[in-house]
Amino acid sequence: MSDLTKLSIAEARDLLKKGELSARELAEAHVAAVHAAESLNAYIAKTPEMALEMADKADARIKAGGQKGMTGIPVGIKDLFATKGVHTQACSHILDGFKPEYESTVSQKLWDDGAVMLGKLNMDEFAMGSSNETSYYGPVKNPWRAKGSNNDFVPGGSSGGSVASVAGYCAMGATASDTGGSIRQPAAFTGTFGIKPTYGRCSRYGMVAFASSLDQAGTITRDVRDGAIMLESISGFDTKDSTSVDIPVPNFEAALTGDIRGMKIGIPKEYHLDGMPAEIEALWQQGIEWMKAAGAEIVNISLPHTKYALPTYYIVAPAEASSNLARYDGVRYGLRELVEGGGLADMYEATRAAGFGDEVKRRIMIGTYVLSAGYYDAYYLKAQKVRQLISNDFKEAFGKVDAILTPTAPSAAFAFGEKSDDPIAMYLNDVFTVPASLAGIPGSSVPAGLDANGLPLGLQILGKAWDEETVFKVSGVLEEAAAFKAKPEEWWR
Amino acid sequence: MSNIDKATVAKIARLARIKIADDKLEPLAGELNNILGWVEQLDEVNTDDIQPMSSVVDVKLRWRDDKVTDGDKQESVLKNAPRGEYGFFAVPKVIE
Repeated sequence: MSDLTKLSIAEARDLLKKGELSARELAEAHVAAVHAAESLNAYIAKTPEMALEMADKADARIKAGGQKGMTGIPVGIKDLFATKGVHTQACSHILDGFKPEYESTVSQKLWDDGAVMLGKLNMDEFAMGSSNETSYYGPVKNPWRAKGSNNDFVPGGSSGGSVASVAGYCAMGATASDTGGSIRQPAAFTGTFGIKPTYGRCSRYGMVAFASSLDQAGTITRDVRDGAIMLESISGFDTKDSTSVDIPVPNFEAALTGDIRGMKIGIPKEYHLDGMPAEIEALWQQGIEWMKAAGAEIVNISLPHTKYALPTYYIVAPAEASSNLARYDGVRYGLRELVEGGGLADMYEATRAAGFGDEVKRRIMIGTYVLSAGYYDAYYLKAQKVRQLISNDFKEAFGKVDAILTPTAPSAAFAFGEKSDDPIAMYLNDVFTVPASLAGIPGSSVPAGLDANGLPLGLQILGKAWDEETVFKVSGVLEEAAAFKAKPEEWWR
Repeated sequence: MSNIDKATVAKIARLARIKIADDKLEPLAGELNNILGWVEQLDEVNTDDIQPMSSVVDVKLRWRDDKVTDGDKQESVLKNAPRGEYGFFAVPKVIE
């Protein structure tokens, strides 16, 4: 067979089933691809021996007739999922040397289904960033480059390693996590498919916490069908996470019927932004035409509190982060910095000063301030009220429509350093993804076109809580209509 | 509303247990003021009769039996500690 790393998960699954491909061959091809793709900096820890061992087990399992969708499929794991005995630091210096004694539920579910681990993937430190530039392990490079240029672009973030590994053919799928857009925005920047399910669909057990009321696991794959296969594997109720919800996981792949006739697709007027590149506006319009051509009815809707989503997020998320990140104190795990002649409090302060990067410190400081005595009502309580209004906007809209179509991000991938000096410019990247995160509803990003420089652009599909099936169905139709066949030049191999 | 000065930054840093060098307090005050100034647009929103969100999706937090289901893992718990002694986490002396 030619290049095994180019197969989709669904194709590999079918070949494995027919015995025309072994999990061992597939794992070997991917281990070599991971090794060759060093320059992307997508992997910060590689586990080739584990991969081959797991592949052999998968082959035995397939022979015994126990194949599942993900059996024998090589995947990368974002560094914030705890993997027993393997590097888990959320790409922060403060977790130096941390090797968990337990496994996250999401990764455990993949291993239970027979998936194969290639290693741990780079990300923004504690998932705080939209460009993967805040990682302690250095930035990830986007496999995509502008036409005729050798300049590097950011892969988006925070799941930068996840998207670069999948777009760069060194994983068939990757786990990712979304707090304000960290799955969908990088998927759009790299021509991959990303899905964030409903809050509570995937267990957060063993996921390094950033903002607990927003964090939700999801997947990055090269197409919609692969996303359906992989998301089904990691979904499901877990008693170890009190916000995990006990409802059955549908067969997401079965939702890909290609039939959206009569479905109502909402177009929110507030997502037309001043100064948004014309090609993004045009792609959105094209998406609307594709939906119409597939027999869907377009309905204009209003989500009036959209413009308040980002400021709301930048109170809620840092507040929760300041509380969650209080555990990194140099006592129980990770880095410890001692001060000559100093006491315990000096150790805390020195450890946290040395261990956290600038963006993480900034957010902890904001969070600490908005939760501090005298400011709690004015900031945090106010934000939680506006968050309720944002959620109400969606509830009202979903009384009229089955799904919502918007652009995923207000721009294509940008250059390194372009926005890293201006926190607010960086935050604005998530303007279209944050509202759905605040409301806990499922959303995907589907590769839909290229900009004038030849960089990928994505369209976002949002659905009702617990209705990932509609998100998949509409995503599948969009994918087929867009027929996105462009590929990056493989300069990194 | 927000006017964070150097002293306030020092106070927040202390609350957050992050050591911040004196010469970094002023620039950080500027950054925090920028961000908080931007979030203050929320004041435009009328939230008079709105309850703050308490649950992201419409579900009740479930109850569980009050039973011990895990434990006896002293070795595991201490495995990643920068310093452990006699089965405990060890820290610098605390004298108040």
